[in-house]
Amino acid sequence: MNKTVNQRAWLMVLPVLLLVAMNAVIPLMTVVNFSVQEEFYGEFSFIGTQWFADTLTNERFQNALLRQFGFTFTILAIEIPLGIAIALTIPRSGVWASVCLVLMSLPLLIPWNVVGAMWNIYALPDIGFLGYMLNAGAGLFGHDPASGPWFNFTQDPVAAWFTVILMDVWHWTSLVVLLAYAGLQSIDNAYYQAARIDGASRWAVFRYIQLPKMKHTLTIAVLLRFMDSFMIYTEPSVLTGGGPGNSTTFLSIDLVKIALGQQDLGNAAAMSIIYFLMILLVSWLFYTLTMQGGKK
Amino acid sequence: MNKRWIVPTLYIVFLMLPIYWLLNMSFKTTNEILGGFSMFPAEFTVESYVKIFTDPTWYSGYINSIIYVVINMVISVTVALPAAYAFSRYRFLGDKHLFFWLLTNRMAPPAVFALPFLQLYSTMGLLDTTLAVALAHCLFNIPLAVWILEGFMSGVPKEIDETAYIDGYSFPKFFVKIFMPLIAPGIGVTAFFCFMFSWVEMLLAKTLTTVQAKPIAAVMTKTASTSGYELGLLAAAGVLTIIPGAIVIYFVRNYIAKGFAMGRV
Repeated sequence: MNKTVNQRAWLMVLPVLLLVAMNAVIPLMTVVNFSVQEEFYGEFSFIGTQWFADTLTNERFQNALLRQFGFTFTILAIEIPLGIAIALTIPRSGVWASVCLVLMSLPLLIPWNVVGAMWNIYALPDIGFLGYMLNAGAGLFGHDPASGPWFNFTQDPVAAWFTVILMDVWHWTSLVVLLAYAGLQSIDNAYYQAARIDGASRWAVFRYIQLPKMKHTLTIAVLLRFMDSFMIYTEPSVLTGGGPGNSTTFLSIDLVKIALGQQDLGNAAAMSIIYFLMILLVSWLFYTLTMQGGKK
Repeated sequence: MNKRWIVPTLYIVFLMLPIYWLLNMSFKTTNEILGGFSMFPAEFTVESYVKIFTDPTWYSGYINSIIYVVINMVISVTVALPAAYAFSRYRFLGDKHLFFWLLTNRMAPPAVFALPFLQLYSTMGLLDTTLAVALAHCLFNIPLAVWILEGFMSGVPKEIDETAYIDGYSFPKFFVKIFMPLIAPGIGVTAFFCFMFSWVEMLLAKTLTTVQAKPIAAVMTKTASTSGYELGLLAAAGVLTIIPGAIVIYFVRNYIAKGFAMGRV
């Protein structure tokens, strides 16, 4: 669509600008302020990039960052293909399609702390459905129950990771399904008819008709999932509290521990800025790369 | 091709199991829960629900949450409507940068903003009010609302605007009488997403409130830590937080289908 040049359009954007700026610029300035100063009994002095150097060389931060990337890439690798596969099997219209969409949207609308609490109850080794079933299964394969439960996410880091990832897949795959389904809905039936006349294989239909049409909504899906999983806080903090040990302490959990738990404002602020810049950079790269591809 | 229902069915079963488990727990007594594994409540009890509906600290949590979610939804959609129109129809100084800047706020981790928000809203004297939470949630909901609405508005041909102006409509009259009905599904989808992200966000909501405006999540955490481990009560509270979402989904289900057909979510 060709747009007219109209500088007065700024007036229409103004309310949005004011509200978001109040929420974004002032707090961001506070964070920047803390990140370059040191507090000593209420007196602030400028110390430059000291906090940044501290944070970047801090092993605890590096480990949290590694865990964060591990988590984000794992859930993307599971949720995106799974979401596409499920979206492909939902019919284009009819009662069954609406039943699927309504039921699948349900996890998206549950408050995040409830998701964490729910999975905690669900995965408890002795009284939770998941934990009980897994342990019963392990018992069948010769695990001795006397040596403690085989699956126990409160004690065993591997089980904790498994539970956190399964919880995220449960919580967010539906978002990918909904977006992929929206992309599929925009395909005209004529494409499928043409493909049938040409005798195209199932794979060819997917690769050359469905995937290109889903590209736009899938971009949104990957972006949203990347951003949200990178910021994940509430669910793992309720489920595992970052433990056992530090094994599921992701960036946000670590940040809240430093900022609110230890009141270490300088470090927390420097970490916040590095953290925010990383999300910004990855999102911007992804955004420009996919959008450029779309223009051709 | 007739076996296509298997995959969605398996997926829905996978989704429903933890919810069923929560429901199952909510009808058990605490003793029974801790006593061992069982698929159904042996002594069916609604005691937990009765407690929530009669104890003001519990039900006020739900009321507070609903109040700030609704305020936030109204503010977000109202201010996003003209802005999205400007982005979809006009070119102006810095428009592209402004749009991307708005989106970056969707990427700001709430954990980063928790502490500065606490200071900002206590300076403004809004701490512990539902308004503070509603305004704070604007940080991520307004950009999202602008983003979604802009997509819907770009799908409406510009000729409609021009015809209306020629017919003598003023801008506000055109916008309310002609344009808004055209993008009604878009407004529905936007309101749905605003509701969803405000309802599920808990870190900021908990940070900005202490007593008066405490959201349900904070009540739940406090109960979990102070009165021992009352799993049945927590499960019942959890079940009740799912209900508003389910009602909203039910009402917007047709809008969402239409919204999808219009190409962008």
